[in-house]
Amino acid sequence: MSGPPDLTRALERAGLVDVAYVVDASPVGELLLAATAAGLVCVHYLRAGSDLDQALELISNRLSPRVLRAPRRLEQPRRELDEFFAGRRRDFATPLDLALVKPGFTRRVLEQTARIPYGRTVTYREVARQAGNDRAYRAAGTALGSNPLPIVVPCHRVLHSGGGLGGYTGGLDIKRRLLTIEGVLTRREPD
Amino acid sequence: MALPPFQRLLDEHGRDVHAFLVASVGRSDADDCYQETWLAALRAYPRLGHAGNLRGWLLTIAARKALDLHRRRRRAPVALANPEEALPAEPASEPVPNGLVSEDLWTAICGLPPKQRAAVILRHLLGADYATVAATLATSEAAARRSVHEGLKRLREEHGVEWST
Repeated sequence: MSGPPDLTRALERAGLVDVAYVVDASPVGELLLAATAAGLVCVHYLRAGSDLDQALELISNRLSPRVLRAPRRLEQPRRELDEFFAGRRRDFATPLDLALVKPGFTRRVLEQTARIPYGRTVTYREVARQAGNDRAYRAAGTALGSNPLPIVVPCHRVLHSGGGLGGYTGGLDIKRRLLTIEGVLTRREPD
Repeated sequence: MALPPFQRLLDEHGRDVHAFLVASVGRSDADDCYQETWLAALRAYPRLGHAGNLRGWLLTIAARKALDLHRRRRRAPVALANPEEALPAEPASEPVPNGLVSEDLWTAICGLPPKQRAAVILRHLLGADYATVAATLATSEAAARRSVHEGLKRLREEHGVEWST
C-alpha cells in the first residue's frame, strides 16, 4: 500500500524549485544547506528543532516561497564540505549566491573574508580596514555574525587582535573545531 | 501574512490531497493527478498573495485536476453539470488513508455516489468548511451541505455506520 509519490524530481524538472535545501549531519552538528539556481545561498547551524522552520521561513520571505527539500542541487557543496571536514579540501569551488548578504559594508567585509587563505587568520580590525573602514571593527564583527555562508565564507578565520577567538555564529566550540581542522589550533591548546 | 516555504504545504497536506484524489479518480490515476496538482500549485504559489486556507486552495486545485481528468476520459463532457457521472463509482477497494478512518467506514465511504463521497471526504476527513466543499465541487454551499447530509444519512442507513467525530 502506497502513500503519495515523491514529487521532488518532477518539480525540479519543471524548473519551479527556486530554493533547494537539505539538512545534513556533519562533525559540527546538523547543517541546513540551501541553494538557488545561481549557487549555494545559505549554510546554517541547526541547534534546536524550531531552528529549521525559522531558517526556511526567512529564506521563503527573502528569496522566494518556492522552497523545497531537493538534495540533488546540493551535491557539490555537500561533497566539498565533507572533504573540508576530512582535511582534504582547502578551497571551495562551489558557486555562491550572495542574495542573503546585506549590501554595502557587510558585503565588503564578507568579500574580504572570503579571501583569507586556509590555515591563516586575520583580526576584526584588519578585515574592517580591508573593507574600507578600519575603525569599524565592531561593525565588522556584526557583519561576520550575519554571514549566511559560514565555513564556505570563512568567518571563523577572523580573531581578536589579542589572539582571543572573538565570537562565532555557530558557537565558539565550532570555531575552535574549524581552526583545529585547519591546523591553526592544535587539539590540546586552550584559547 | 507571508507565505510559508512550499515544502511545508507538501509535508502537511500531501497525504490528504492524495487520499482525496484516490477517492475521486481511483488509484490508477491518482498519482498523475497528484503530480499535476502540485505542479500547478507550485507554479501559482508566489502570486497567491495570501496565506489563508492553503489547504482549501490545494484541494480546489486537486478537484479541478480530477474534473479535468474526467473530461479527458470523455465520460462526461460537461462534468460540472453532472458530477454523478463525472466522478465514477469506485469499487470499495481503495486503501484506507492511514489513521483517518476505520476500514469499515472507509469501505462504506467508497461505496457512496461520487458527489456525496467527495463531499463527505472533504467535509469530515479533510475538515474543509462548506464554502470550500462548494468551491471544490463547483456547486452552491446549499448543495454542498445537502451532499454531505445525504452521504452521512446513507452511511447510517445502509451501512449502520455512525459518524463518530
